[in-house]
Amino acid sequence: MSHKLLGIVVGVMLVALTPAAHATEVVVDQQNKEFSQKSISIKVGDSVKFVNKDDMVHDVHSTSDGYDFDLGAQKPGSETSYTFDKPGKVKVRCAIHPKMKLEVTVE
Amino acid sequence: MYPRTLGVAVLGTLAVAAAALLSIGQTSVAGVGQPTGETLPGAAAFMAEYQRPSWIPFPEDNPHSGAKEQLGRALYFDPRLSRSNMQSCSSCHNPSLAWGDGLPKGVGDHMNPLGRRSPTILNSAWAEAFMWDGRFETLEQQALGPIQSGVEMNMSLTDLIPKLQAVEEYRQMFAAAFDGNPEITGEKIAMAIATYERTVVSGSAPFDRWIAGDAGAISDSAQRGFVLFNGKANCAACHSGWRFTDDSFHDIGLPGDDIGRGKQLPNIEKMQHAFKTPGLRNIDRRYPYMHDGSVATLESVIEHYNTGGMQRPSLSDEMKPLGLTVQEEADLVAFLKTLTSEDPPVQYVTLPR
Repeated sequence: MSHKLLGIVVGVMLVALTPAAHATEVVVDQQNKEFSQKSISIKVGDSVKFVNKDDMVHDVHSTSDGYDFDLGAQKPGSETSYTFDKPGKVKVRCAIHPKMKLEVTVE
Repeated sequence: MYPRTLGVAVLGTLAVAAAALLSIGQTSVAGVGQPTGETLPGAAAFMAEYQRPSWIPFPEDNPHSGAKEQLGRALYFDPRLSRSNMQSCSSCHNPSLAWGDGLPKGVGDHMNPLGRRSPTILNSAWAEAFMWDGRFETLEQQALGPIQSGVEMNMSLTDLIPKLQAVEEYRQMFAAAFDGNPEITGEKIAMAIATYERTVVSGSAPFDRWIAGDAGAISDSAQRGFVLFNGKANCAACHSGWRFTDDSFHDIGLPGDDIGRGKQLPNIEKMQHAFKTPGLRNIDRRYPYMHDGSVATLESVIEHYNTGGMQRPSLSDEMKPLGLTVQEEADLVAFLKTLTSEDPPVQYVTLPR
């Protein structure tokens, strides 16, 4: 591979990887029927990894404007990630346990 | 939260009731034998999770005041809040019937049969997500729901507000409750009713005396039931804490077309046929059971859970066949019967005219 071609390939890879390189993953635990944080602030493109540390099923979802999602039944010990792809204030709840509340500010 | 200490003012009567219970000594628990006066091995590990709170929480945007509580109490018992002038909040949430109505399903305007059982309002101050399907986030929102519902009290706020405004005594009560301003609004009606409802707390039961250290307050059978409740029978997975609910929503595998919370959250599989976990305080006075009143006795409730419920994709992961013996089922019922408090009668209100 020529130096020129290699340069192009590396350049393309860097561009492709740029968003991922800046994206952050925040970990939120589900334990004792609570989220480990009550509120978090993240950037557009960041993701949140929800880790179920309880011995029961949880179901993370939101019905906030622009963020109507459901991560489905999440078994004990499992992890599920969700990427927040637009700005907004997102109310995240467990559909099963509505006392579990997390406010996500996406900037 | 603005805490209000229990047993001081509104609930002074409950404190009196608790004292009366103590002076009586052992309250009989029907058909479950006598206590040995010793806490069973295995029970102690769970007891700390069932301590009663010493105060009532009130939200910051609707703190408690005596005037607001008094207004809310009048509104709660006033049938003029219905279009027919025949139904008050207390018609379906009746203190004489453990703040429910004792019917399999509620009855609304013009004797209209409703789709679900009227839940108790006991201990609502601590609750989260109201109605069987959780469609109201706050008690304030909930308070206005049945009033305005066409099939329940059928009373629009547009009509209710001038109706109340025409009652001089109500104007005075609203002024006393809301900074001297006699204007009546839907928001104020909701705030007052919710404030009163938050003061409706189940009193001390034999179970509470046992938790507080009176090892002889409940029978051995009830203690075995408590251990089962927290263990093999898996009840405490949802019926946890001193109110015996975590306010969660589950499909417990009862037959029927009512999809419950599925109507609010149609895309979530586990919310189809899911209903709110009710608290279990005073539960032996609150039959018939379940969201549809389809189960007549506590024994039948336990039997339902023992089978594991109807299999379908939405069935709660907490629902599994339990393999309880006849004795274990009886022990669970004996335990549930210790959750009933002997509260003083609630006095009728002289309504503003």
